[in-house]
Amino acid sequence: MSGQQQQQHHQQQQQQQLPAVAAAAVAPAPGVVLPAPTPVSAGSSPAGPAAVSPVGGAGSGGGGGSVGVGVGAGAAALLLHPPPPPPPPATAAPPPPPPPPPPPPATAAASPTPSISAAASSTGGATPAAAGSSAPAPFPHGDPALNEQEKELQRRLKRLYPAVDEQETPLPRSWSPKDKFSYIGLSQNNLRVHYKGHGKTPKDAASVRATHPIPAACGIYYFEVKIVSKGRDGYMGIGLSAQGVNMNRLPGWDKHSYGYHGDDGHSFCSSGTGQPYGPTFTTGDVIGCCVNLINNTCFYTKNGHSLGIAFTDLPPNLYPTVGLQTPGEVVDANFGQHPFVFDIEDYMREWRTKIQAQIDRFPIGDREGEWQTMIQKMVSSYLVHHGYCATAEAFARSTDQTVLEELASIKNRQRIQKLVLAGRMGEAIETTQQLYPSLLERNPNLLFTLKVRQFIEMVNGTDSEVRCLGGRSPKSQDSYPVSPRPFSSPSMSPSHGMNIHSLASGKGNATHFSGFESCSNGVISNKAHQSYCHSKHQSTSLNVPELNSINVSRSQQINSFTSNDVDMETDHYSNGVGETSSNGFLNGSSKHDHEMEECDTEMEVDSNHLRRQLCGGSQAAIERMIHFGRELQAMSEQLRRECGKNTANKKMLKDAFSLLAYSDPWSSPVGNQLDPIQREPVCSALNSAILETHNLPKQPPLALAMGQATQCLGLMARSGIGSCAFATVEDYLH
Amino acid sequence: MACLLETPIRMSVLSEVTASSRHYVDRLFDPDPQKVLQGVIDMKNAVIGNNKQKANLIVLGAVPRLLYLLQQETSSTELKTECAVVLGSLAMGTENNVKSLLDCHIIPALLQGLLSQDLKFIEACLRCLRTIFTSPVTPEELLYTDATVIPHLMALLGRSRYTQEYICQIFSHCCKAPDHQTILFNHGAVQNIAHLLTSVSYKVRMQALKCFSVLAFENPQVSMTLVNVLVDGELLPQIFVKMLQRDKPIEMQLTSAKCLTYMCRAGAIRTDDSCIVLKTLPCLVRMCSKERLLEERVEGAETLAYLIEPDVELQRIASITDHLIAMLADYFKYPSSVSAITDIKRLDHDLKHAHELRQAAFKLYASLGANDEDIRKKIIETENMMDRIVNGLSESSIKVRLAAVRCLHSLSRSVQQLRTSFQDHAVWKPLMKVLQNAPDEILVVASSMLCNLLLEFSPSKEPILESGAIELLCGLTQSENPALRVNGIWALMHIDKIMSTHGKQIMQAVTLILEGEHNIEVKEQTLCILANIADGTTAKELIMTNDDILQKIKYYMGHSHVKLQLAAMFCISNLIWNEEEGSQERQDKLRDIGIVDILHKLSQSPDTNLCDKAKTALQQYLA
Repeated sequence: MSGQQQQQHHQQQQQQQLPAVAAAAVAPAPGVVLPAPTPVSAGSSPAGPAAVSPVGGAGSGGGGGSVGVGVGAGAAALLLHPPPPPPPPATAAPPPPPPPPPPPPATAAASPTPSISAAASSTGGATPAAAGSSAPAPFPHGDPALNEQEKELQRRLKRLYPAVDEQETPLPRSWSPKDKFSYIGLSQNNLRVHYKGHGKTPKDAASVRATHPIPAACGIYYFEVKIVSKGRDGYMGIGLSAQGVNMNRLPGWDKHSYGYHGDDGHSFCSSGTGQPYGPTFTTGDVIGCCVNLINNTCFYTKNGHSLGIAFTDLPPNLYPTVGLQTPGEVVDANFGQHPFVFDIEDYMREWRTKIQAQIDRFPIGDREGEWQTMIQKMVSSYLVHHGYCATAEAFARSTDQTVLEELASIKNRQRIQKLVLAGRMGEAIETTQQLYPSLLERNPNLLFTLKVRQFIEMVNGTDSEVRCLGGRSPKSQDSYPVSPRPFSSPSMSPSHGMNIHSLASGKGNATHFSGFESCSNGVISNKAHQSYCHSKHQSTSLNVPELNSINVSRSQQINSFTSNDVDMETDHYSNGVGETSSNGFLNGSSKHDHEMEECDTEMEVDSNHLRRQLCGGSQAAIERMIHFGRELQAMSEQLRRECGKNTANKKMLKDAFSLLAYSDPWSSPVGNQLDPIQREPVCSALNSAILETHNLPKQPPLALAMGQATQCLGLMARSGIGSCAFATVEDYLH
Repeated sequence: MACLLETPIRMSVLSEVTASSRHYVDRLFDPDPQKVLQGVIDMKNAVIGNNKQKANLIVLGAVPRLLYLLQQETSSTELKTECAVVLGSLAMGTENNVKSLLDCHIIPALLQGLLSQDLKFIEACLRCLRTIFTSPVTPEELLYTDATVIPHLMALLGRSRYTQEYICQIFSHCCKAPDHQTILFNHGAVQNIAHLLTSVSYKVRMQALKCFSVLAFENPQVSMTLVNVLVDGELLPQIFVKMLQRDKPIEMQLTSAKCLTYMCRAGAIRTDDSCIVLKTLPCLVRMCSKERLLEERVEGAETLAYLIEPDVELQRIASITDHLIAMLADYFKYPSSVSAITDIKRLDHDLKHAHELRQAAFKLYASLGANDEDIRKKIIETENMMDRIVNGLSESSIKVRLAAVRCLHSLSRSVQQLRTSFQDHAVWKPLMKVLQNAPDEILVVASSMLCNLLLEFSPSKEPILESGAIELLCGLTQSENPALRVNGIWALMHIDKIMSTHGKQIMQAVTLILEGEHNIEVKEQTLCILANIADGTTAKELIMTNDDILQKIKYYMGHSHVKLQLAAMFCISNLIWNEEEGSQERQDKLRDIGIVDILHKLSQSPDTNLCDKAKTALQQYLA
């Protein structure tokens, strides 16, 4: 059939398409032979069988309480903390405030979750297609009923297989017109299969595979096939096969091929001879095939009734497959377009519970208290890392821990971080040089990065050097409105962080958490701990309710990863500038710190401006900026001489200088550099470098652990370990 | 376990009652109430988990004193509560402890305590009552002796989640007969307990669910009420279906499956309702799987057997679900040879459940094969199944033997199997053994099966007759159990020329049944037998010469029940049929005893069937 014909055919089929009829719940199975009339009827055995009455009927109670799962208290400490945040993606950066620049062309592509937009659904799985997959777009546009069906399919697949990243592993949605034997005809959007060969011998058998293999991240996968007509002999096979298995055969006959056949009810496990398996099936029956990717088994259903395990030890990456062998045989597939006859979600619930119980019961070491101590250390190190000194101090006090870093040191880092995040790079560099004299000397690349940022902040009008020159930066330039997590970002080292993040954000909310055997114990948190953690927080005498209220309003625009700590910071940076914020910095720890107060007042002044101007509009500032640019250029050349070529540095400088090429740098194509969120990676790199000089980890173990867990789930999905479907890191974060 | 320890403890108690135990009891008699309270509290801490200490204190007479303090008006509520707690702790021990407590009339005292206003005290009393009533040694009737108790318990259901849990648990253990169901139902158990199914406490939900399972069992009145009860805008069956979900605890799934099963069997839910076909049945099949505990598998199989027993469609669905027939074969593999070697505890556990497992499997096979020939074939083709069933006939456990006979009886309804498997395995041999000196409940089913094995086409017929079946059957005809007598006669009827050899015994048995106070069905069957007998020459003579029988027939022709009238009419028709030898004399004799008059009367009967039969019979006289 040529492409054109096929197209026509499609359209015809669309016209004909009827709403799918769900098979009757208990359609009598015509394959089951009715019993022969038995001469020995009940009447001839006068007493009949005495009633079978279950003995326990009068209530013999099974004792056994509920399966209480309580892991030690410590675990919940994790729960209040956010997962590693995505590093600011270069393309998807939130546009700076007014006037909004034209959106960068790549923004849409970076949207982390495949959206269920009309556009996406009308092309039938547009997401994978857009991602460059070979998924055909099976449906022409324009048919509202079809679109509706597509939307329902999308909704159902999302609900059934939330862990599947369709960018990476698209789900089967129809039969493949490319991956079939010539005796197979497809119609009704490639969902209906009919036989069009001679059907004389088994050599005339023909099969078709679905467009994609079953992704392991489904955990449990299910599809149904309705027998529209059994044709001449009803030699139909329903099952699974690997890519490349001969299509001139029925499923089950060859290696890596598995099938259940209607004529004899036998199962075929990569063999020409079948095993007795289930009842026969014929016209009107709905046969379901369920693949359990956790234990690699498969069972079938007939008209909604499970028939029991058919295959074990299945290989990965199998495709749904059907095969027909005699004329007149017609079957319809349901990959989720319609509700299933069998209650697959109930089966999935059972496995979700099993996997989660496995996680909850994971042994956490035999020495008492060890687990709790470890969790406390993780929490404490997280607090210290980000410089929440008051909280860290209070937490350490109440959990009898010692903080490895001196308090003064934490406060120093905190000060520097704050300066960077406020865009006051000059001061930040100066302070760093004062406090850690040899640090930047030993890290010329870091110094260069800081200076480039300083240049950008000069353009922005926020750097102190230009500000003292009378430049005033409008509110919008300095405020920090969009970033929900100014401090979380620094927690990631750029190298590792990026990696984890691309994964986490790519999956959207579908990141998973499972397979604890293979990942670090430290990652596992437990709800039992939540209350514990809470109380610790309260003991630091923070005004928790107030923070929570902020939380609520904020979380709408942010995302679900909110937690108290983070939002405290958010509050400060987003609002602190605009309000007369006496909130103090960082959990109130520095409330009485003179320097900090000074800092706040200065920032307040900034907030009164309305218009954005280069370097805050001051001519002197512009000159200073240009001078600084020359110095930077010189530094770059010197660096190259001393350390060799560095493309990253080169690009950084080029991008920064490009800002000057536009009359309005903020709305220019390179304008996103001016976004305050871009301060985060710089801040993070500096913080990590300082910590390293103290022999402290570059990133907090907590963030590392969560990153590992997220990474691990992705790895499981790619390695065909299905249990990743039923655990997500998010499940353990609230 | 606990019982094993009992004897040595008693002996030790007599010889060395420890000073400390006596000290605890002595302190209960202190004049200072404050010291008494402290004494009770110390006693509480001393007995927790210590069966020896419990037995000591009981022997030393702590119970009557505790009960006295509990009932004494001058006792503080705190003291009363602590007393109830200690008594509850004592009841937690061995069965003998519970017996001792019952001997001291603890139940009325605790029930009295429920009238208190203090919730803590009420809860302590209920907890103790719960422990006592759930013990197998406590007669459940004790709950119903005082008519005010049930309504008061119903009222206490609103007090706290603990009162809810304990009261529901008491109800579910003490509701063992239809009159218990009626009492609880009439006091509003359904309305009072239904909303507890949505309680936040798992224990409360679970106990409430158990209550419904015992209330609905074989009770159409309760079941019909349950289907229409709304809780939070949802019908009760829907709530049960939610509790069947596969992520719920097994105990909850199993109990809600029981509720739905009982409601279905009581006629309140149709057997083709999706909540039965797609939810309850699959859930019960899952309960039979190897992953479940042995107890759960037993309960699952028994409940499933009960659910599908009357409905062939459910039998067919069950037979294809999750390889149930093969799954049940696994029930015969306990104790496994592996468990014997590796793990003594496991062996003990397996042994304990082995009988239960086998009888449950037999029951379920019996239900599965009750109607469908294909299913019977599948069962018999399951690995060694005929051997297993035949072996079951000679097991020591009466429960297993009964279930095995039932299973065979169900399979014996197949002509093909009678001719093949039953013959191959010489099923008749162990069956004949079972029939010797077996209790009635087994005899009823076994003799039913014998009826099938004696059918004309059964190859077992000859060997059975040769092994003395006739004597045995004649013995059955003299049994006091009418069902056995009917089966005996029925089996005998299939034997050629039986009337000439054993006519007398048969006639005697028939007379006995017709004279006795039996239900309509038994008598109808007997009259039919008589009619069949009246088909042969020897038998006709036997009847005609037996005035007693003739009078019985005459009596039943005028009976108020049409079925019996019809059956009697069959006998008459056979006796007066023209073409047969000696019909004239029989007609005359019957006219003499007034049969013709009755026939005239019956020909005017409003029942057309009876009327037609009477007219046909009268025509025989005219010809």
